[in-house]
Amino acid sequence: MSTLITDSSRSNYLNAAYGIKSWLLTKDHKRIALLYLVAVSIFFSVGGLFAALIRLELLTPEGDMVQPDIYNRLFTMHGVIMIFFFLIPAIPAVLGNFILPLMVGAKDLAFPRINLASFYVYVVAGILGVWALINGGVDTGWTFYTPYSSMYSNTQVTLVAMAGFIAGFSSIMTAVNFIVTVHRMRAPGLTWFRMPLMVWALYATSIIIMLATPVLAITLVMLMLDHSLHIGIFDPAQGGDPVLFQHLFWFYSHPAVYIMILPAMGVISELVAAFSRKKVFGYTFVVYSSLSIAFLGFLVWGHHLFVSGQSVYAGAVFSILSMLVAIPSAVKVFNWTATLFQGSVSYQTPMLYALGFIGLFTIGGLTGVFLATMGLDTHVHDTYFVVAHFHYVMVGGTIMGYLGGLHYWWPKISGKLYPEFWAKISALLVFVGFNLTFFPQFIVGYLGMPRRYHAYPPEFQVFNVLSTAGASVLGLGYLLPIIYLTWSMRYGKKAPANPWGAVGLEWETASPPPTFNFDDDPVVEHEAYDYHHRPEEPRVA
Amino acid sequence: MSASAEAHSPELQHHFDSMEQQRSASTLGMWAFVAQELMFFGGLFTAYLVYRYLYPIGFELGSAQLDIKLGGFNTAVLLASSFTMAMAVWAAQTGKKKVLLWMLIATLALGAVFLGVKYVEYSAKIEHHLVPGYNFESDSPYAGQIKMFMALYFAMTGMHALHMVVGFGLLLFYIYHAAKGRYTPEYSHPIELFGLYWHFVDIVWIFLFPLLYLLGRA
Ligand code: HEM
Ligand SMILES: [Cu+2]
Repeated sequence: MSTLITDSSRSNYLNAAYGIKSWLLTKDHKRIALLYLVAVSIFFSVGGLFAALIRLELLTPEGDMVQPDIYNRLFTMHGVIMIFFFLIPAIPAVLGNFILPLMVGAKDLAFPRINLASFYVYVVAGILGVWALINGGVDTGWTFYTPYSSMYSNTQVTLVAMAGFIAGFSSIMTAVNFIVTVHRMRAPGLTWFRMPLMVWALYATSIIIMLATPVLAITLVMLMLDHSLHIGIFDPAQGGDPVLFQHLFWFYSHPAVYIMILPAMGVISELVAAFSRKKVFGYTFVVYSSLSIAFLGFLVWGHHLFVSGQSVYAGAVFSILSMLVAIPSAVKVFNWTATLFQGSVSYQTPMLYALGFIGLFTIGGLTGVFLATMGLDTHVHDTYFVVAHFHYVMVGGTIMGYLGGLHYWWPKISGKLYPEFWAKISALLVFVGFNLTFFPQFIVGYLGMPRRYHAYPPEFQVFNVLSTAGASVLGLGYLLPIIYLTWSMRYGKKAPANPWGAVGLEWETASPPPTFNFDDDPVVEHEAYDYHHRPEEPRVA
Repeated sequence: MSASAEAHSPELQHHFDSMEQQRSASTLGMWAFVAQELMFFGGLFTAYLVYRYLYPIGFELGSAQLDIKLGGFNTAVLLASSFTMAMAVWAAQTGKKKVLLWMLIATLALGAVFLGVKYVEYSAKIEHHLVPGYNFESDSPYAGQIKMFMALYFAMTGMHALHMVVGFGLLLFYIYHAAKGRYTPEYSHPIELFGLYWHFVDIVWIFLFPLLYLLGRA
């Protein structure tokens, strides 16, 4: 912004200004994305540390490493940090922030100051969360079920709920920014149905964030009042209704699982097109599947309450509606596979993550349908089967999509190529480690091992040993990218504007882009993924 | 969207092509914010409906504890403030800078009256030991239900009052800039958007008043 460099081809957003202040007070969406990248990586590491401790405790059947009340805090802090401070912001606030304005050919998001504010709101929430952690953490589970959380837990419920409340506003700010940018800032010629599927996915996600997050916010307010003043809004002993809490909580938190998965689906659409050199098969279907997931996602929360005293009739309706969500999800999977068919497929790292996503999300989604059947859920509710289900979608889905997207856009973000060899190794480690960690949990859960206990019967040990071994491999797989991506920022080969030979506005500007994204205002004349009409560009990376 | 004459307005931010684009972007943003607010209060209204359904008697008894005169007076105050706010928007759009300034000040004053009355009401509740979590006492056989009503009363009107306080702060900001003559017919949308917010907060009260003060009252 304050640059006076005359040779515009050499000035980019990274070297436009130097100094810590030029970063901390930046209004450039690309720099804000990098601030978020650092912040979410820190939280991912902290959340991962808790996961490691959980897996260590579960290596043996006896509760020998930590006391039960410590164990409760471990899994709660793991869940809270991973969901609210990593999975929800990761793809929208890091990748989306960076790529959305580029994809729609805009100079920035509609409200750059709100974008920066969202980052600091997130940081404040994070600091509160860490403060709560230092002061003992929480032990309620990330779901904060009442009345345990409101009346009995003497851990930092109010502080952590406050942190979640504040973090929610950070995502709302990002969401409003995305919605307005998509509506009002598209380049000339970029009609709605020419938009990249990533933009559609972020748009649908933003609508969910905008409509669901405030409900969590007000629910957490009531929880905080209840916990700090013991008013009893959700305490049955005082006439409160704990099931109401669950309704309100899941009214947000089921849509929240789509807040986590939809952006990843957007990334996968980009990757599948770029690495098959083909237009995504059934583009319009994929668009509408995002929108219908956003819509249907609001109607299924009751599948978390099958055994909570909800009426069976409500349960039956929620069960059927939940199964309906599987349809648009399957539409996406089929369309990606159809895109691969007869494409000129190449297997660079981002594509490995995309293929991993497709397989793992399918397993995660299908087991979701199992769980949506009331009879089966009565047996496996609160067992490791559920734990495996949601890790297949959240870790096998969202994190795979995040890492795939991070590698794909890394040359654009950093202006450097990452080392392909190490990246492939780590993608392989992530895939193997992931399955080794979580597949055994389906079995042990089906056999009856409940979640959230620090000890278990000895016959389950073999599955838990496998799981802990897998977690070590997975951890290594996550560590490598942190190392080689950081390394590449300094030592990596210089990236050309379009290292993948991909189609899309973001590849038509320099790597890294100038502060205002494009040297000349872009005009769009083609549909998205218009590979037929383009001369084949070489893939450099 | 070429750079038109008005694109040179000093208020045009660099990443927009025209004032028109900037205005329509902020308007949409404000509506998105209002949608978000709607869901926020929606959670409270849901809790209210559930407990009203569960505890009809306690809610009637609770409602009888509220001061219908003060509540009614405050409703009138807020409606009047909506009117002055609408006048402010009109003045901003038509370039009547003096009227704009005075209408904003009037809105501020009415907002202050509302908050003052709320303060009186809350103090009375504290005096009568009607504040759950602080000093609630009741010998009614429906004490628990009345307590639930009062808890929701404080949560709902408290959240509303908080929005009034935020609006109050924003008004000070707009009054300061209006006094400096910053708002012109070309650059009136900050006032329009604030108007949207103010009306929204009023509308919430329009629902709160009958639900809390009137319903079930003989
Ligand atoms: C294909 C559609 C899906 C269906 C039908 C589905 C269904 C379900 C059901 C019925 C449960 C409750 C199980 C129980 O507690 O007994 C559940 C739990 C869960 N699901 Fe899914 N799911 C789907 C997709 C997803 C996705 C995409 C995500 C995340 C990205 C996700 C994340 C979760 C989480 C976090 C839980 C556990 C919540 C907890 O109790 O802590 N699900 N799912
Ligand atoms: Cu769900």
